[in-house]
Amino acid sequence: MNINWKWDMFFEAFPYILQGIWVTVGLTFACFLFALLFGFVWVFLRRIKFKPVNWLVTWVMEFIRSTPPLIQLFFIYYAWPMIPGIGVSLTSFESAILGLGIHFSTYIGEVYRSGIEGVDKGQWEASTALNFSTRQKWTKIILPQAIPPTIPMLGNYLIIMFKEVPLASTIGVVGILALAQTYGTDNFRMLESYTIVALIFLLLSYPSAILINKLEKKLNRRFDKKAAIQENKGAVV
Amino acid sequence: MVDSVKEKNSSGSYSSNTGPIVEYKNVHKSFGDVEVLKGLDLDIYPGEKVALIGPSGSGKTTIIRMLMTLEQPTSGEIIVDGKNLCHMEKNGKLVPANEKHLREVRGEIGMVFQHFNLFPHMTILQNCMTAPIQVQKEDKESAKRRSIEMLEKVGLGDKLDNYPSQLSGGQKQRVAMARALVMRPKIMLFDEVTSALDPELVGEVLEVIRDIAEEGEMAMVLVTHEMDFALEVADRVIFLDDGVIAEEGTPSEVLEESDNERLQQFLYRFRS
Amino acid sequence: MINAIIEVFPVLMRGINITITVFIFSAIFSYLFAFIAGLCRVSNNKFVRGGTGVYVEIFRGTSLIVQLFWLYYAIPMLFDVGIDNRLMAGVLAISLNYGAYMSEIVRGSILAVEKGQTEASIALNLSRAQRMRIVIFPQALRMMLPEFGNYLIQILKATSLVSLIGMTDILYHGNILRSTNLSAAPTVYLLLLIFYFIMALPLIFLTRKGEQISKRGVAS
Repeated sequence: MNINWKWDMFFEAFPYILQGIWVTVGLTFACFLFALLFGFVWVFLRRIKFKPVNWLVTWVMEFIRSTPPLIQLFFIYYAWPMIPGIGVSLTSFESAILGLGIHFSTYIGEVYRSGIEGVDKGQWEASTALNFSTRQKWTKIILPQAIPPTIPMLGNYLIIMFKEVPLASTIGVVGILALAQTYGTDNFRMLESYTIVALIFLLLSYPSAILINKLEKKLNRRFDKKAAIQENKGAVV
Repeated sequence: MVDSVKEKNSSGSYSSNTGPIVEYKNVHKSFGDVEVLKGLDLDIYPGEKVALIGPSGSGKTTIIRMLMTLEQPTSGEIIVDGKNLCHMEKNGKLVPANEKHLREVRGEIGMVFQHFNLFPHMTILQNCMTAPIQVQKEDKESAKRRSIEMLEKVGLGDKLDNYPSQLSGGQKQRVAMARALVMRPKIMLFDEVTSALDPELVGEVLEVIRDIAEEGEMAMVLVTHEMDFALEVADRVIFLDDGVIAEEGTPSEVLEESDNERLQQFLYRFRS
Repeated sequence: MINAIIEVFPVLMRGINITITVFIFSAIFSYLFAFIAGLCRVSNNKFVRGGTGVYVEIFRGTSLIVQLFWLYYAIPMLFDVGIDNRLMAGVLAISLNYGAYMSEIVRGSILAVEKGQTEASIALNLSRAQRMRIVIFPQALRMMLPEFGNYLIQILKATSLVSLIGMTDILYHGNILRSTNLSAAPTVYLLLLIFYFIMALPLIFLTRKGEQISKRGVAS
């Protein structure tokens, strides 16, 4: 065993690498926002009853979900501009938003769907009985009930996306990972650099995960009546 | 009335004249701030059939769950067949019982639960024969033979290879009894075994308990709401109220002759 | 287009062995780590529980790509390995990462088995180990199946990362092709995506099968 570790380099590298945090966090939120919006697109596409369309949408989602986001990034960044006619050239930051955003929108669409399916059937019937328009049904009755219970799940996806964002360094987005690689190669201090990146991720994502966990418990108490009732029963035999 | 019970013990009219097989000595039990049992003293004799009745929350289920080691008493001692249930001696001092000690004491006791608790991933034959093989190291053939006999006895000889999910509630509860009986316990505990059943299925389960009771050699403790059944099967009925024994005696003494007001109120609800 | 495919396809296929090898080893070790860590997390010993908790939180709290690079540089310092340390780093990073995630599934499923099952096995005087082995674990395993299937697809997707530490998998060969001939990029990456999708198809069906078994609860 021959551990080659220099603390002075570690402390020198830390502020340098930390500069990239704004890009990393910014990209995370940009991707997340994109996925949140695009997730609705999947929800409505999947509600189309016409069989062939439904089938196609299901498999397109499955395709996006079960292929590596890394290759999807390469496709958008390198291949799309080369396609005659529809090719568009995007910056690496834009490509990352589009690539990771679309990839995770398929997961987020499923989260929305589970939320909508969780709304009591009676709510649809009641809003029909009250003669709401389709648009009103969705915006006034269904979605306000369907979305809040999914907030913890969405929060979990935010953390998952935060950890996927360093993939964007492969197409040239200069976040903490890319800065660590630069510092590491320039100074031959790879281990220290990557340890710093890991540390930054841990320091941000672990407290966020705990926060979301707490939020989940709170929301469960508010929305999941079954759980609340069970809790009230208590343990006394 | 408590005196009359002791009299009967000394005159030997309870199936054995040896000492008690279970002794609760000043047992307290609290869940959080709620004290469910407030100093329970209770002896159960070999072969005796005891019915525990009382309003919900009176601590009757807790009494048998402590005997099965599913709950620990907050204070007090429980002695099973001369062995201390919750504590063991180590270097001359009493320390909380470890798993090994618990398993020695537990071997004498069997239990049937309100919600059956059958193993859903095993056939009913496997449900019955697993414990004799694993715990008592009985050879497979004999465990299987005895399990089949026992399942036939409870009227399920034709369901050996079915899974619990394919049975009715009454059938499940009969399997649960067979499963406990195959272990040949000296004491059997019944925790509201008919409460989770549809009314029309209660009879078949009580029938089996009646048969077991008639064989006589096992001590039985039944937590029950079936008053008529308690009257018929039990040697002794104990009425628990607010964590203490409020009334105790032969079934007719407790269920028909007592003038305890709380007991009257309790019984009134069942009789009306 | 057809010409492009004919040209690109055989080049990509040079990396197929690596991709599949990494996937199989990663899947095996992920499950192994998941079961070990999951069981440790429900252990009675609080040091075992705590230690495993630290492992799980570190690997779930950081990014797989960072773990991959870290291990790639750390392994040669920690062990004098004669074997290909890239394979070791790749497989170890993926399986430590997904092992940590899946250990939570193992733990959650074990804790989700009804309490009455434990009580019944105590009443039958089964030992602690027997309770876990005979009663709890077989039931927990059924609950794990759908999630385990999903993670298999995640593991497959993660194998594409090993090209970043220089393993010559299909993506590595694709990237080389693209760097020499940029106009081949659409064919290259489309083929790669389709290839991964074809590999994922059996896993997708396996997951659906697992969901059915899990829903049914008990084989009948």
